[in-house]
Amino acid sequence: MSMGMVLALFGAVLSTALAGMGSAWGVGVAGRAAAGVVSEDPNQFAKVLILQLLPGTQGIYGLLVTFITLSQIGILGGAQVADTNTGLMYLLACLPIAIVGLFSAYHQGMVSVASIGIVAKKPDQFGKAMLFPAMVETYAILALLISILSITNIPR
Amino acid sequence: MAIVKMQKISICAHKSNRKAVLETLQSMGVMQLITEELDDQELMRMDTAEARSNFLKNADLADQALAVLNQYAPENKGFAASLAGKTEVSRTDYSKSVGEHKKTMAVVRQVLKEEKAISECRGIIQSDENQIGALTPWLGLDVPMTFQGTYKTAAFIGSVPGTVDEAQLYALIRDKEPELTTVSCEVLSSQNDATNISVLCLDKDKDKVESALRAAGFARPAQASAKVPAEAKAELEKDIEEQKKQISQLEAAIASKAGKRGDMEIAADFYRTRAEKYRMLGTIPQSKRVFFLEGWVPAESADRLAKVMEDRFGAVVGMEETREDEVVPTALHNNKFSSNFEGVLASYGLPAQGKADPTFIMSLFYFFFFGMMLSDAGYGILMVIGCFAAVRMFPKMEEGMKKFLNMFFWCGISTTFWGFMFGGFFGDVIDVVAKTFFGYTGPTPILKPLWFNPLEQPMQLLIWCLLFGVIHLFAGLGIKGYEYLKQGDAVGFVSDIVAWYMFLVGLILMLLPSDIFAGISGMTFQFPAWLNLVSKVITIAGLVIILLMSGRANKNWGLRIALGAYDIYGVTSWLSDVLSYSRLLALGLATGVIAQVINMMGSMAGGGVFGAIVFILVFVVGTALNMAINVLGAYVHTNRLQYVEFFGKFYDGGGEAFTPFQTANKYIEIKEEN
Repeated sequence: MSMGMVLALFGAVLSTALAGMGSAWGVGVAGRAAAGVVSEDPNQFAKVLILQLLPGTQGIYGLLVTFITLSQIGILGGAQVADTNTGLMYLLACLPIAIVGLFSAYHQGMVSVASIGIVAKKPDQFGKAMLFPAMVETYAILALLISILSITNIPR
Repeated sequence: MAIVKMQKISICAHKSNRKAVLETLQSMGVMQLITEELDDQELMRMDTAEARSNFLKNADLADQALAVLNQYAPENKGFAASLAGKTEVSRTDYSKSVGEHKKTMAVVRQVLKEEKAISECRGIIQSDENQIGALTPWLGLDVPMTFQGTYKTAAFIGSVPGTVDEAQLYALIRDKEPELTTVSCEVLSSQNDATNISVLCLDKDKDKVESALRAAGFARPAQASAKVPAEAKAELEKDIEEQKKQISQLEAAIASKAGKRGDMEIAADFYRTRAEKYRMLGTIPQSKRVFFLEGWVPAESADRLAKVMEDRFGAVVGMEETREDEVVPTALHNNKFSSNFEGVLASYGLPAQGKADPTFIMSLFYFFFFGMMLSDAGYGILMVIGCFAAVRMFPKMEEGMKKFLNMFFWCGISTTFWGFMFGGFFGDVIDVVAKTFFGYTGPTPILKPLWFNPLEQPMQLLIWCLLFGVIHLFAGLGIKGYEYLKQGDAVGFVSDIVAWYMFLVGLILMLLPSDIFAGISGMTFQFPAWLNLVSKVITIAGLVIILLMSGRANKNWGLRIALGAYDIYGVTSWLSDVLSYSRLLALGLATGVIAQVINMMGSMAGGGVFGAIVFILVFVVGTALNMAINVLGAYVHTNRLQYVEFFGKFYDGGGEAFTPFQTANKYIEIKEEN
């Protein structure tokens, strides 16, 4: 087993681990706020649940990048990584979604908490409340895109 | 794409018809009344506050009783209830029930009384349980806690701090009073750093023992009952049983009134509608014999309303001119497809009167983009079936909900289309099932994409996404241009719209043949020389017009140029707007790849019967999760593309929704009979 393989796998693991941590964090804080709203007004359950879920997507993006990486480096498919440099490239390619996923999910969670506050006070403004967390997610999507484009285009 | 034209009308009728006119308006539900401050001394208003608050109170009581009823005799409706909409009630049944509204209210009060009795019983049980809790440490006593002793003996019942056993207790007394021997100590229990004890001694030694105990921190219990603790506990337990029995009787009594639910719903809505009528009644200006009404009616209903008013009540109806400073309420009217997307527009903000209604154009892009983001034929088909079935099963569904589901029905069609274009059907389920269970070894994928597989050529799809983005944004700019033209502002049209089109199209044409673009996309464009020249000319022409004209409101030329230069800087926002459409690709890939992961996990148990069971379980659960999160994602991000990128180019909402004066029914809908 080459060093490149280790590095590539490290990258794959990081993207799920860090982005997943961020999502767990974000969904966690939003969930606490959502539970508070439901304890006062159970009718808002569906709306606050949606807002709670919004920071959950980063974890999925991380999983996605891990899966694509694994299917390229000979663990779920593709050819084994032979040299260290290629492995390092996979590691680097995984970093955008790993790092941006971690931080954007945390901040998206915070915005979700604030948006849950909107729903608590003005349930009819749900459409607008949903938009604020979605703004943060843009950066996770951009990071996801760069990770995918890099991984699928690493020369082999 | 249209905003309904509103006609302002005024109605003047005899005072005796006041309530009848309002009732007719309420049941027609086409007029939004204007309530203005009175400036005329001769006009006055009726004080209806008291009547109205009485009605509201009754409606509130009925609502509460219904909530209680739902608690003790739940209706078996479950989740579907939220889709079912209002109950339909025929006019005769309604009138009959309303005729008995006093009786219904008596039942309502009875229900609330019983519910109050239940909570009183619960309170008693709670306090009994607390008392039992306080008695528990003393259960070892076979005398009452207040027992002071007999004729010859003295008793000390109470607690000392710390954990003490009987030997220590004897030692404690012996240390102080060594000659005392006729003492009996008993430890009953110990809890929370305190020990409950009972000490018995001869009456003559009472003071000595007491002082010894006091020195050790002895205290008699704060609450002591005159009964033997075990007996007191038994009594309390009996009381709890009785209260519980009473509660179940009361619950049964409430549940037995479930048959009155329909009447209660009618009563609640009846009072609510009346309260609304009286609210209006209180705002109508009236003189000694006549009263006046003013309001907005959709132009198409104006004549019908006028005719009803004139024929039935001999009212005078006038069509009024709209004044400059008035805010005309907005109602939307769109074709069958686009009207389902009105909710998306409404949650951003309705267009003001005189502006364009972007619903139609937005609905087309919404349809298109949603499908691209989800892009899985399997999920699309599930959405289509689910939404179609829901709308069919509950024809009385609330209007907003129906439109929402219909919107997802259409988005499902788009999703199915894009799924086949990109070759996604529950991810790659066909390949996986064929390989795992049927030993298929032929070429994959079996379901070939009609267009191309985005996972293999992500760059190509990214370019397409950005192109769709540019079209979307240009459409937005176009609507703004349409508004300029409608206002007859040709200068604005050329300098704010045409110039930008020229500038941006020129930039794109200059970018396409460049090496940078070829390097990124792998596509090379060879333009003829004249086209290259044209692209440079229109870019510069556009640039110059923006530079000179966009600050045209300013007289000062220096400031004007500076503002123009700032506007040109706005081209960076175009860049970020266009890049934002890369989410079409990213979200589409996310759905497909996660679906593949699910299929792969399912197939890990191999073929055979056991493998098939595992596969089905994993597939069903995984698909449900993936679909839920990705439908939500596609919905949120399609909204975002509309709200931020598209609306950002031309739209600012700001309209007021048309809220006609109508019945305030929450539970029922009256079906008119002919």
